[in-house]
Amino acid sequence: MSILVIAELREGDVRHATYPAVAAGKKLAALLGTDVDVVALGKGAKAAAERLKDFGPKTAWWSEAAGVADYTAEGHAAALAALVKEKGYTAVLAAATTTGKDLVPRLAALLDAGMVSDVIGFAKGDAGTEYVRPMYAGNAEARVAVDTPVHALTVRETAFDAAAPGGMAGAVAELAGVGEAAGAKVVGYQFTKSGRPELTEAKVIVSGGRGLKDAAGVKLVEELADLLGGAVGASRAVVDEGLVPNDLQVGQTGKIVAPDLYFAFGISGAIQHVAGMKAAKVIVAINKDEEAPIFEVADYGLVADLFKTVPQLIEKVKEVKAKA
Amino acid sequence: MKIMVPVRRVPNPDVKVRLKKDGTGIETEGVNFLVNPFDEYAIEESVRLTEKAGGDVFLVTIGGPENEETLRAGLALGAHRAYLVTVPAPLDSAGVAQLLAAVYAQEKPDLVMAGKQSVDTDNNQAAQMMAGLLGIPQACFAYKVAVEGKTATVQREIDGGLETKEVALPAVITADLRLNQPRYASLPAIMKAKKKEVKKVTPADLGVSPVSRTRVLGLSAPPPRKAGQRVASVDELVEKLINEAKAL
Ligand SMILES: Cc1cc2nc3c(=O)[nH]c(=O)nc-3n(C[C@H](O)[C@H](O)[C@H](O)COP(=O)(O)OP(=O)(O)OC[C@H]3O[C@@H](n4cnc5c(N)ncnc54)[C@H](O)[C@@H]3O)c2cc1C
Ligand SMILES: Nc1ncnc2c1ncn2[C@@H]1O[C@H](COP(=O)(O)O)[C@@H](O)[C@H]1O
Repeated sequence: MSILVIAELREGDVRHATYPAVAAGKKLAALLGTDVDVVALGKGAKAAAERLKDFGPKTAWWSEAAGVADYTAEGHAAALAALVKEKGYTAVLAAATTTGKDLVPRLAALLDAGMVSDVIGFAKGDAGTEYVRPMYAGNAEARVAVDTPVHALTVRETAFDAAAPGGMAGAVAELAGVGEAAGAKVVGYQFTKSGRPELTEAKVIVSGGRGLKDAAGVKLVEELADLLGGAVGASRAVVDEGLVPNDLQVGQTGKIVAPDLYFAFGISGAIQHVAGMKAAKVIVAINKDEEAPIFEVADYGLVADLFKTVPQLIEKVKEVKAKA
Repeated sequence: MKIMVPVRRVPNPDVKVRLKKDGTGIETEGVNFLVNPFDEYAIEESVRLTEKAGGDVFLVTIGGPENEETLRAGLALGAHRAYLVTVPAPLDSAGVAQLLAAVYAQEKPDLVMAGKQSVDTDNNQAAQMMAGLLGIPQACFAYKVAVEGKTATVQREIDGGLETKEVALPAVITADLRLNQPRYASLPAIMKAKKKEVKKVTPADLGVSPVSRTRVLGLSAPPPRKAGQRVASVDELVEKLINEAKAL
């Protein structure tokens, strides 16, 4: 009957997205009157399980076996499918990160489970558990029922508050019989290190679009972000120009963010961009085109040239900071 | 090399969808439908791979008869032939994956190149499910693909950077946005596409009865944002962010 939450590890550490996923699992368990287990696979999984046992699971499973040491969908889905079948979990979920999106559908296929992506809420209804998720670039919210005994889910991390430690510590147990990752191996990573917070965790995001024009424009965005301890975001246009790394793209097919404060400079506000940022609490837009659709979602809109006004804004914020 | 490219028909992603009043779906009146953008990247990559080494790129779409138009548009981008698997009602990604796996079993391609996600449902599931059902490797969210002999080396877009993964062929790869720049269909290519083979089959012909494992119970408009305001200057903006929004 119970629920399995898949933790995500990166270079041996538990990624932040795991905590909202655990919270979603606990919330779902409370709704259904059941409990949660967690599972961590890969290098550092034992330490991860030791840590996660304090966040409310009955059991924190782990394995560092060769077949799951590096994340591959092949190795991880096989090990997880075996665990779900053996223990009879009725729901298995992970955060909708690039890893969750890669892994969970494959796992669903192995379990013959119906899958709902990007879950932002759930409730009990006539059709059993009804999941809520965005569709059509966030222009619709769908209620979805799952018709299989096992439900496979990814959850949007910004829709759930991170789980906090507390309650009775769970058991820690090693998974037995983990096999190989058939036909797949990871040969390397290239991570972009920035020192700034991740987009999905940031309280403040300063984003720029094609209006930034070039590296000098990107510098303005970075300067304000650093001043506010925020993350840098971008529209697809800026990523396409190669001005910033791909994973700074905010939008339907990039990161879905929900900061307290979102600045959009020189971003027109295409449907695909807005899908990724309209959950921000306060949105500020600076754009020289007063007709730009970004103003339809902005709480504060300034029709102006960003090259004139963003430096002013930076100076003003410095003043405010100096006084505080 | 033989490459299978699953393609989906989607409403024009640059036009905001309108929901039906009763919440059963979207208004399709006056909406133009296109090839799912990610699938165009998949077609482009497949065509490039076979332009170099020779081969056969075939498209597969699952849907109603209107999907033939979608296939013709895809064929105009350089694919060689296509399958239309006609189904009476739309399927979820699990149902789609079942049928894709059945076409795969008949054709035995060396590679499946799909899109990373449908921009209508935003599911991001069918390709991974297909790989799972077939028990073959996957490399999703491709930024770069290189094929050598029986191995594909794929740089994958992941949070925080890129992962390089080697998969043994046959495998399923999904295309992300930086993979390439799809070509525009030229007029001669569009004319040529009209004559290319589109094989129409039913699920029964493929020996499967596909089932959706999920059901959309209803659609509703997301809660709207409250109307914003224009500010006249940076000073006014900062003042309001501090005193009104309490965001600075
Ligand atoms: C399948 C698909 C998926 C996509 N996914 C995403 C996604 O996830 N995220 C995303 O962002 N996009 C996505 N897009 C692209 C999206 O459709 C838009 O093309 C893109 O968001 C536009 O970026 P932009 O607003 O920076 O550029 P533009 O639309 O060109 O807008 C630039 C804006 O800058 C303003 N400007 C110019 N100079 C100045 C100045 N000096 N001062 C002030 N303002 C100025 C202009 O008035 C204009 O409004 C996707 C597209 C497709 C087809
Ligand atoms: N109806 C369909 N027919 C053929 N291929 C599809 C269909 N739906 C989805 N696909 C393929 O699967 C990918 C992922 O789809 P989805 O799981 O709907 O996000 C798409 O980019 C297509 O390549």
